[in-house]
Amino acid sequence: MTRLSLQVNGENRFVENIDPSTPLLWVLRDHLGLVGTKYGCGKGLCGSCTVHVGGKAMRSCSLPVSSAADQEITTIEGLAKSNEELHPLQDAWIEQDVPQCGYCQAGQLMSAAALLKEKPKPNNTDIDAAMSGNICRCGTYQRIRKAIHSVAEKGGVA
Amino acid sequence: MKNDFDVFDPIPDVDLPSFLIEKEDRTFDPMPRRRFLKMAGVAGGGLALAFAFGNGERPEPLAVSDGSGGFSPNAYIKIGNDGNVTIAAKNPEVGQGVKTFLPMIVAEELDVAWGSVTVEQSEIDGDRFGRQSAGGSQSTPRNWDPLRMAGATARAMLVAIAAKQWGVSKKQCNTSEGFVINSQDGSRLSYGELADAAAKLPLPDEKSIQLKERSEYKILGKWIPGVDNHAIVTGQPLFGYDQVLPGMVYAVYVKCPIFGAKVKSANLEKVKALPGVIDAFSLEGDGSAESLMPGVAILAESTYEAFQAEKQLVVEWGSSEFDQESWGGFSTEAAKLAKEPAAQSDEKGDFSGAQESASKTIEAFYTYPFLSHANMEPQNCTAWFKEGKMEVWAPTQNPQRIAALLSGLLKIEESSVVVNQLRIGGGFGRRLMNDFAAEACAIAHRIDKPVKLVWTREADMAHDLYRVGGFHQMTGTLDDSGKWTGLKDHFITFSQKDQRPAKPVKGGNASGASMQLPAIPNVSFGKTFLPLNTPTGWWRAPGSCSLAWVFQSFVHEMAVAAGRDHFDFLLEQLGEPRWLEEGNRRSLNTARAIDVIKLAAEKSDWSKPIPEGRGRGLSFYFSHLGYFAEVAELTVSETNHVTIDRVVVVGDVGMLLNKSGGENQVEGSVVDAISTLAGQEITVENGAVQQSNFHDYPLLRMASQPPIEIHWIETDNSPTGLGEPAFPPLTAAVTNAIFDATGKRIRTMPISKEGFTI
Repeated sequence: MTRLSLQVNGENRFVENIDPSTPLLWVLRDHLGLVGTKYGCGKGLCGSCTVHVGGKAMRSCSLPVSSAADQEITTIEGLAKSNEELHPLQDAWIEQDVPQCGYCQAGQLMSAAALLKEKPKPNNTDIDAAMSGNICRCGTYQRIRKAIHSVAEKGGVA
Repeated sequence: MKNDFDVFDPIPDVDLPSFLIEKEDRTFDPMPRRRFLKMAGVAGGGLALAFAFGNGERPEPLAVSDGSGGFSPNAYIKIGNDGNVTIAAKNPEVGQGVKTFLPMIVAEELDVAWGSVTVEQSEIDGDRFGRQSAGGSQSTPRNWDPLRMAGATARAMLVAIAAKQWGVSKKQCNTSEGFVINSQDGSRLSYGELADAAAKLPLPDEKSIQLKERSEYKILGKWIPGVDNHAIVTGQPLFGYDQVLPGMVYAVYVKCPIFGAKVKSANLEKVKALPGVIDAFSLEGDGSAESLMPGVAILAESTYEAFQAEKQLVVEWGSSEFDQESWGGFSTEAAKLAKEPAAQSDEKGDFSGAQESASKTIEAFYTYPFLSHANMEPQNCTAWFKEGKMEVWAPTQNPQRIAALLSGLLKIEESSVVVNQLRIGGGFGRRLMNDFAAEACAIAHRIDKPVKLVWTREADMAHDLYRVGGFHQMTGTLDDSGKWTGLKDHFITFSQKDQRPAKPVKGGNASGASMQLPAIPNVSFGKTFLPLNTPTGWWRAPGSCSLAWVFQSFVHEMAVAAGRDHFDFLLEQLGEPRWLEEGNRRSLNTARAIDVIKLAAEKSDWSKPIPEGRGRGLSFYFSHLGYFAEVAELTVSETNHVTIDRVVVVGDVGMLLNKSGGENQVEGSVVDAISTLAGQEITVENGAVQQSNFHDYPLLRMASQPPIEIHWIETDNSPTGLGEPAFPPLTAAVTNAIFDATGKRIRTMPISKEGFTI
């Protein structure tokens, strides 16, 4: 059991008495109250738990919290610049009415945001590759693809 | 010959829980027979209308008023004198868009701007909201009339008070986007300005209430994004798994992999000593998969500690007489039974005669497996037993069934159960069964803290209530001219092990009408039951999704055998355009069927030749009151990899209430159906399910998503639901297209069993 310091969404957060092998997902959800990141499979198969660690999309269900301790962590709660100014992908998700049940969408958005940072103008193959780790049981893929393209066309995520 | 052979008999049904059938919606009735309104001023002023609907959504009298002139949180409509308009969303939102489109109906008739409306999820209260459930694509047909009346009545009262203030006749007043407008001089009064006075008006005569014509709609039929979208994309706590209460503990509940086996002993002391573990105990339950199976509860301070403790739990389970149950065993038995006479049989015409005089007889044996729901949000439920009252936060499609369930299981008065509605991470019928709520409440009943029961993905897959598998021995006869003269199906389905006499499990029923081929003169439809221990439940169009595949595949087989074009041949089996039972919406209307099939053929370029290496497949099915024809176009590689190049969907559900939400349901149904046919199967061995997570129960991913084109035929029919009816035809459209491309007929699902991948 350890005391860990984490940098989450630009803030320093401390977690007491934590087993360092605890997956980051459960620290975010149960210890830090950031429940926007979702549990879907616990094995990195579905992508619902995707967050950014050091700017890269990672499956937080399979990442020990200790290995994220020294890096900047961004969750869905920290994706927007502010309450007033959403991330362009969040705006596109609303505009294209992407969500059905909505449970997987935090993970979808985090994967898409990491993709656009790396490839501002992705083609369909790029999108397939970057998004293939994220399952949507409701079948919103067609709209996700459209939403990503629409942001890229409007100038990306700057 | 039974007169109703080709007409859907509402009971027993293939797709719907009986509680949704009991109060079957009537044919279109624009004016509910009885209606009572009670009004109360909103706290701080304003108009609130509370519409009371009993079972079947027929309004019942309601006493509203808390004495202070009071705000009524159960009202559909709340207009503050500040102009704020709040509309209640009554039914569980599982992703079908109901939290958006039901309030849209109210807003349309109220005549307010959609952007000015705040939607609030209602509480569970059958006295005021009638049936509150998400199942059977029933929200649209059941709520269409009452919600339109709710909006239109409020609007009429606002017009009446404005007319009075202006001293003009009501006929001189129009409404637009939250204003009453005096058509003589153009002056306007906002609903907010009128709210206090309108609250004092007597109730209007119900016959005076005018509903809008479709041509007047400004909200319905438009592209309206979901009301929770902002909260979803910013990660707000909307779902059951996100619930947090003060002092809450986390629980897992471990059941025997062999369904229903009891706990003999468990290493509870060792588990209790593990980090973060608060308590562990076994529960006997009532042995029902829809309530509480025997198992071991582990309570911990966090989700992860509960999951970790479960890994250390060792249970010695009692013996089960079903420890030999297996899918392989069922398949062998079904193949044998298929050749024997059916246990029950319905006949139309003379199938034996048709067989004797046939110039060609085609036989085919179709098999489809059990399926899991695989909701993205695993089952969970939060419960707090406090001062004799059980409060439940349940991601359930069927919230009104929880009180009765707990009254039987825990002997809690039904009136002491409060169920809160949450947004739900996928329904698909899984959450029409409330086993997770029974588990959470049984655990909460034992301690004085709130408990969040959390299922692992593995538990979710191993303890689902599965869509049932099935087997069909099909026989078809053709005469010299290639006319389809006789059709026989011997359907081998399942009955729960202790059911006497045998009765089909949920989703395991069918009748002659399910074939939807009314022009075939000689038909025999037989059923035989295999006893089953594995739990089964509702799914997305649980019966129709597999029946459509079998029947629409066999139509194609017969067309090929007859040397006929599939499109022409399918239309021929529907016969003359007619409603098989005039006025019964559950009965097939072949005119609507023919229209969607013809448009699907046109939009998919059916009559044009297809490039070498490609295949095209057609299918149709009528379910959940909706008509869908679909065409899949695909390419099959040398290694049998299928690329679906295009899917064309044509639907007739009367009218589309929300263009965005409705099309989302169609897109989702297509993806779900492809996901299902590609590689999903739940297999049982030694009484237990073998699959455990998404590696062995795959869901479709982005790269396999085909382009989907959706076309609507809008008809004068009253609008009906979209959660399910676009799914059933898709599967046969794909397998018929694979035959078209390769000559290989797929008769076993999923197609991975026949060596194909998607």
